[in-house]
Amino acid sequence: MTFAVEVVVVLKPVVNDPQGLVVRDGLHRLGFPGVRSVRVGKHLELEVEGDDEAEVRAQVEAMCEQLLRNTVIEDSRIGSVSTLSGKAL
Amino acid sequence: MKFGIAVFPGTWSDRDCKHAVELAGHEAVMLWHKDRDLKGSDCVILPGGFSYGDYLRAGAVARFAPLMESVTEFASAGGLVWGICNGFQILCEAHLLPGALTRNSSLEFRCAPTWLRVETGDNAFTAGCARGEVLQIPVSHGEGRYVADEETLDMLEREQRVAFRYVRRDGSVVEGDTPNGSMHDIAGIVNERRNVLGMMPHPERACEPLLGSSDGMQLFSSVAKAVSGNGVMPVAAVS
Repeated sequence: MTFAVEVVVVLKPVVNDPQGLVVRDGLHRLGFPGVRSVRVGKHLELEVEGDDEAEVRAQVEAMCEQLLRNTVIEDSRIGSVSTLSGKAL
Repeated sequence: MKFGIAVFPGTWSDRDCKHAVELAGHEAVMLWHKDRDLKGSDCVILPGGFSYGDYLRAGAVARFAPLMESVTEFASAGGLVWGICNGFQILCEAHLLPGALTRNSSLEFRCAPTWLRVETGDNAFTAGCARGEVLQIPVSHGEGRYVADEETLDMLEREQRVAFRYVRRDGSVVEGDTPNGSMHDIAGIVNERRNVLGMMPHPERACEPLLGSSDGMQLFSSVAKAVSGNGVMPVAAVS
C-alpha cells in the first residue's frame, strides 16, 4: 500500500529564527499587530510504500532522525498520514 | 606534500584551493565525489560552494557521497581534514564536528573581508600562527551562523577547540560583531583529536597580495610543516 505522509520540520525553540522575525515584522507592518511569533519551517510530502500506517510512521520517524531534520537544530513532526488509492501516482 | 581537494557537484572553490596549494609549492589532486580513492592525500580539503545545490540543508546531501565515506574513515584514523565554508557545513552534517551552521542573522549573503583571531595553535592548521595573531581572510556565505547548545559551547571553550573568532581589525573582540551572528563569535573549530578543522572564512581567497591579503597562506604552510614533521604535531606557538 502507498501512504501519503506529511512531515513538518521546524527550528528548535531555542534556535534563533531570523527569517521568522522578519516575517513577523512584515506582518506587523501590514496591519497584523497581534502576531506575537512566527517560526519558518519546511513542509515535506512523502509517498511511502508500507504494510500499514504504524510501519510507515516508524519508517518516516527513522528518516527524520537520519536525514530530514538536523537533530542539532531542528525538530520534526509527522502531520497527516493517508492512503493513496491506485498504483499510478 | 599532497592536498586532496574534494569536488562535489556545485563546489565552487576547488580551483581556488588548488591555486593556493600550488602557490605554496605543494601538490594538489582533485577528488571526485563519486570516487572513494583519496589518492594518497596527506590532507583532504572540503572546499566552499553549494554542494548538491544546498538541497534540504547546506551539506546535508554531500555527506552521503562515496568520497565522504573515505574522508570519514581517513579522519577517524587521524588524517587531516579541512572543511572551508560549505566544507564546514558538510563536516557538521556528517557529525565530524559538533554544532550546526544556520542562516546568517542578517538574512544576507555576506562576501567581505573579516579578521580572525587565532585562538589556539595546538593543531596542524594553526600551529604556524601565534596565538592571538589576527589574520585577514574573507567570508562568502549565506549560512554561516554557528550554533550549538550551551553544553557544546562550554566544551569547545574548555577544550580550547575554537580555532578562530571574528574580531575587529585590531584584534579586539566586540561580542556579536560578526558577519553572521555566530555564537561566541566562532569562525572555526576543531574536533576532539584536532585533526579536523571547519572554518567559514576562505583562506584560499587570501593567498596573494593581489587579493588584498596573503594571510591564508599561513594555514597552508602550517599544514605542510605539520605533515613534513613525520606526523608529529608541532608544539603550539604561544605569543
